[in-house]
Formats: sequence, structure tokens, C-alpha cells
Amino acid sequence: MIRSTVRFLEERTGAIPFVRKSLRYVFPDHWSFLLGEVALYSFVILIATGIYLTFFFEPSTAQTVYHGSYAPLDGQRMTEAYKSVVDISFDVKAGLLIRQTHHWAADVFVAAIVLHLIRVFFTGAYRKPRELTYIIGVLMLFISLLEGYLGYSLADDLLSGMGLAIGYSVALSIPFVGANLALLIWGGQFPGDPDFWSRMYITHVLILPVVIAALIGAHLALVASRHHTQFGTGPPRSERKLLGVPTFPGQAPRSLGLFFAVAAAVVLLGALIQINPIWLWGPYHVGQGTNGAQPDWYLGWLIGALRLVPHFDVVIANRTVVPNPFWGGALFPLIVVGALLAWPWLERRVTGDHRFHNVLERPRDRPWRTAIGAAFLTWVVLIFIVGSADRVYVLLGISYVGQIWAYRIAIWVLPVVVLLVTWRVCLSLREIEAIDQERERAEEEAERAATPVAS
Amino acid sequence: MRVIRFLKGLLWLLIRLPKILYAGLLGLFGWLRAPRRERIVPERETTARAEWTVIVLLFAAAAAGLAFFVFYVVDIPSSTQFLGLALGVCLALIAAALVVAAKKLIPTEHLEESYPGEAREDEEQLLQVIHETPSGLTRRRLIASAGAAAGGALGLSLVAPAASLGPFLDTESLYATPWRAGRRLVDDRERPYLADEIVTGTFYTAYPQGADPEQLGSPIVVVRLDPSQLQLPEGRADWAPDGILAYSKICTHAGCAIGLYRNPLFPQAESKPALVCPCHYSTFDPAEGGTVIFGPAGRNLPQLPLEIDPQGGLRAAGSFSGPVGPSFWGVRTRGPSSS
Repeated sequence: MIRSTVRFLEERTGAIPFVRKSLRYVFPDHWSFLLGEVALYSFVILIATGIYLTFFFEPSTAQTVYHGSYAPLDGQRMTEAYKSVVDISFDVKAGLLIRQTHHWAADVFVAAIVLHLIRVFFTGAYRKPRELTYIIGVLMLFISLLEGYLGYSLADDLLSGMGLAIGYSVALSIPFVGANLALLIWGGQFPGDPDFWSRMYITHVLILPVVIAALIGAHLALVASRHHTQFGTGPPRSERKLLGVPTFPGQAPRSLGLFFAVAAAVVLLGALIQINPIWLWGPYHVGQGTNGAQPDWYLGWLIGALRLVPHFDVVIANRTVVPNPFWGGALFPLIVVGALLAWPWLERRVTGDHRFHNVLERPRDRPWRTAIGAAFLTWVVLIFIVGSADRVYVLLGISYVGQIWAYRIAIWVLPVVVLLVTWRVCLSLREIEAIDQERERAEEEAERAATPVAS
Repeated sequence: MRVIRFLKGLLWLLIRLPKILYAGLLGLFGWLRAPRRERIVPERETTARAEWTVIVLLFAAAAAGLAFFVFYVVDIPSSTQFLGLALGVCLALIAAALVVAAKKLIPTEHLEESYPGEAREDEEQLLQVIHETPSGLTRRRLIASAGAAAGGALGLSLVAPAASLGPFLDTESLYATPWRAGRRLVDDRERPYLADEIVTGTFYTAYPQGADPEQLGSPIVVVRLDPSQLQLPEGRADWAPDGILAYSKICTHAGCAIGLYRNPLFPQAESKPALVCPCHYSTFDPAEGGTVIFGPAGRNLPQLPLEIDPQGGLRAAGSFSGPVGPSFWGVRTRGPSSS
């Protein structure tokens, strides 16, 4: 049965040699290598749940009055888009489960990518010959942020409308071309032409998913072509030889098990922990806003940056040249993505290292890289935390203005402190190791000397 | 007795002889036909316990999956939670079964593999092909230029239809607002506001009567302050009849609706009244013509001059003091256009 199937396929596709090779591809054994797989599997779940949602969602800004099963919204003016999401949540069986699972999977997806990036950075996995894999990964991260933003904007609830207003303002703030660009994308002044909803929808459900899928394909093809990196150089591991478990049978059940574990986690989150209850936010209207507005976690760093910038526009002769949202909403993310993309080349320029690297480094063995990475991470994470200052004020009563001023100083001071401390800790860890090795050697020698030599 | 026993044994052997011979022959045949292949995947010792664990986990997963089906067909309250629990538990049990199988049942080999080397010869041949191809051409540069011209022109013409997406040259439209002198202030149910209804200590959202409330230039906030507290900029002395002030509700920072009003309960000890945007906490001073006190906004909140008509209704007495909504390149602090 199996034999005849394999024969059938081989005779018609000639793919069996490739399949055999793929099944015996060697995976190095380390838990941190699974972070990328978590992202991949979240993406699969996003596609599956997303397809289901498209069967019910209506991307239309046509106005309607709600008379559905959720009584508190009865009689409210809203768009068909918002109404269809409320209907998915209350009237479609398992609709709310799929919607919440989709939302949770998006949050897990981006989190897994970020953790994967952190692992890759601090172990130097991006070095030659894997720079392209790294760059594709960084691009996927930022495309995923846009994809997630479009996803929760489609619901047209009060929060998503406020998010779109901010996105519009950031687009508008780009020097020289901003106004033209925003008018082009929105088809007019915010909230824009009804066509804007079709544009967001097709971008969210087709264009960006296809782009991400293509990049995932390229990312995996490059990983396989150059093979995985590995930890440690204990024999037989070396820069030339890789030790690990083959795809089949060793890796397959683990990886498949991980897929089911990720699926179980996001389904249970979707079932038990409420996320984005849009029926509580209400429909968006230009003239309405709500307190405690927070985006999904992965855009927290941008809202933090927007809140942190002091109040100034660059104005020349009574004409605004650089509006304020540009700094936090456009320049800041550009600096972050630019720094991430440029890093492999920056590092090479300093170290002059053009060799191939297949063995990963421990963070402590590259004190400067680790220190710079930790400082950069501190900078971004602090700005992320700024986004919660209003909630901290509400919960703990700490003055909002005071917090913002403290952060305005801290985001420049703390990274420097982290830089120096991390660098010092790396050096100390290596010194301790050297001392331990020295002592072990000395003790061994002493033991040998103490043993009476039988003569 | 001995002889009988011997004969018995012989008989037993004779009866079974064809069977034994047949089996032996078959084994020999098989051995001859298919030479024994060396194993690729090493054998793995498993325990009955591990196998039973996997079996039980998979059957439990099947039960949970079935529960999902039942919950779906039968109407139950809190169906989201029960459906999700059933599906989640089903998936988790399958994951557990796979992990146990990976740890206890599946042979796990550690293989060595060489990292790929470089294909220098292929590189050289590729470069040779690229270099040798155009060797017969004499007007290489001209052909390249012509090709670039064709490609560029084609690209330009293919990009041009993108201009249909929006009126991207018409930045004048960003100044538009429906407010002009004489327009009534109404609430979100089109009911006109009367000056007497506006009390201190809170804020009201108003829209221009008969205009599209979803236009960025439509919504305004209305507050009443003690006229003696007002320090409006020059030329706006009569913009706030009886201390009633109106400002655009759209934050000049990032376009959110200004949804918060800071109202001091103890004016001696607390900060003065302010209009606050809930998105990034830009804070504007209504007493001083909408100047920015705190937060990221870079431009003052545009003020709308008001008047009270003979019936006591509130009306706009003109247009805003500046462009409504978030800033853009070239936005001036001039008055907006009325549409």
C-alpha cells in the first residue's frame, strides 16, 4: 500500500529523492529553535480562523441601525462592518470563539516573532551566511504589525476608529508628501471614502497574508539551504559538522506536537479570556473618543512614543513643516527597523569578520553586542511601557504629567546604564568561568601530585 | 516402552515434516530473493506503559472532539466557553500524545551532517555565461539606455492609475469644515442647543445643523467658563458670549475626538479646566483660546466663534480660528474654508 503510493508518486513527480532528503534533514536540538515554529503555527491558525471570519464579515461603511440580539446596542447608528462583527460575536455559532482565537493567535504570532528575533540577535545567528534569512525575518515582523493593525481596524468599533485616526495623522505628518499620501490611501479626508474599507479588507485578507506566506517560504528555504545553526562545539559538532535529529521520524512528532500545543493554547485563550469585546466599545463616530484607549500589545511601543514627544511642530514662517506625530509614529519605528536591518553590516564593519559562522555564540562571549542589544531593547521596552502611563495613573494615582517627564529622562539614561551593566556582567561571567577552569586544573594537578606514585 | 516412545516421536516428526520443510524453504527463498537491508532508523525499545499512555491520550482527545461536536449541535448557554474548552482540550491531548510518542516511542537518532560548502565552479560558469552573451553587440550602451527608457516609461504608465485612489493633489480639501456664520449647534440627535442649557463643570459635543456629522470638521466641544477667567487671544473678545466657548473636537495631534474634560473641584488647589484627548493626552486650555498646556499636540485647538440668537439658541458666528484636525506639511494657522 505505502510502497505502491511511493512508487506512484515517484513515477509521476520524480520528487521522492527530494522527499527522502527532506525527511532526513537534520534539526539541532534546542528549545529556543522552536520559537520560530510557534510563529509559523500561529500563522497557520490565523489563516484557518481568518478564512472562517471572511465568510461572515462585511467590509462596508454603509450606515445601518442595529436591531440585533445584543440589546444594549439596539437602535444605534453604525456601519455594516461593525454590525457584522457584532453578529459574528453573538449570532454565529462558534463565531465568537473563532474571532477571539483569531485575535489571540495574532498576539501570539507577533510575540513569537519578537522572541525569535531576540534569540537570533543575542546568539549571533544572523551572521554570514544567514543575513538574508534575518532580513526577511525582520521584514515579516513589521509587515505583521501592519497586518494586525489592519485586522483590528476592520471591526470599525470605537477603538479601531481612534487607531485609524492616529494612523491617518501619522501618514499626514510625513514631511512633504504626507498630505498627498494620506489623501491617496484614504481616498479623501479622514474618515475617508467608502472604498477605503475595501482597500483595508483586501490588504488584510489577501495582499499581506500572501506576502507574509511568500516571505515565510523564502525564510524556510534559506534556513534549509544553509542548514540550522547550532549551539556548542563539543565533538562531533563544529563549524563544518552539524549534529541533530532528522525531520522524520525524530523531529516530526515533536514539531507536530508543538503545532497542536500552540493551537490548544490559542483556542483555550479564545474560549476563556475575553479579547476586544467590541460590543462594549460601541461603533466609531468621528466625534467620539473613549478614555483608556489601548491598542494591541504589539503597537504599544508606538502609542508610547507618540505620547512621549513634547509638544512642538517644526514650523517655518507660520507653515508647519514636520507635524508632531512624525517623530513617534513614523521616525521612531523607522529607526528601530533601520537599526535592526543594518545591524549585521554594522557589526561586520567594526569586527571586520567575513568568515562563515554556523556555531552560535553565547551572549557573554560577545559583550559589546549583548550590551548594545540589551540597551536597545531597554529603550524600546521603556517607550512601550510609556503607553501604560494613563492606566498607571488611573490604578495607582501617580501623576500622568510626572510620569511622562520621568520617562522623557529615563529613556535616555536607562539604556546607557543597561549598556554598561550588561557589558560588565558579560566580562565578569567570563572571568568567573576562567577562574573556575583555572581552579579545576590546579585541583587536578594537586590531586595528581598528592597521589603517591607507585614505584 | 522405550520403543513406543521413540516411534511416537518419529510419527510426530513425520507428520510435521512437510510443514517444517515448507517453512524452511519459504524462509530460504525470501532470504535469497530480498537480500537483508541494513536498518536506517535504529530500533527503539518501547514499554507497554508508554504505548498505553499514547492510546489513552488519543482516545481522550477523540472524546473531547466529540464533545465539541455535541456542544455545537445542542444549544447550550455559554457555548463559546464550552466549545472552546472542548476543542482546546482535544488539541492539547493530541499534543500530549505526540510529545509522549516523540519521547518514548519514536526512534530518535542523532545524525551528523556537513554544512554546505561553496559552489565556486558554478559561480564561474554563470559569470562566463553572463559575460559572453552580449559580446557580439557593438551598441551595448545605447541598447541598455533604450531598454531602460522603455522599462521606465512602462513602469510610469503602470503606476499612474494609482492616482485614481484619491484626490491626492487637492490638499485644500483638508481645510474643509461645514461651520460658517449662523449655523446652529445641535446635539447628536439633531436637537438644537440653547445657551441656557450649557452649564459649567462639564462639556457638550455639538454638530452643525444639517451637515454630515462624520466629517472631521463637524464635531465641536462646548464648555462654559466664568467670563472673568477668560484670557482669549486678541480679536476673540466676542467669541464666547456669556463665557460659552466652542472648540473643534478633533485633536490637532492625531485626530482623535477630545473625550475628556478636566474640571477642578477645588480650583484653588487643582489645575485649571482643560480639554484632554484620550489618545495621547494632549491637553488644551479652553480659557486661553485652546493653547497646548501639555502632551504632544503641536498646534492650538481651533476655536469657533459663537453667538446667541434671539431665541436663546447657540449659533456659529464665523469659522474656526485655524485648520481643523491633525497637521500636515504646509498647514498654516489661517482660517479654514467653509464647505
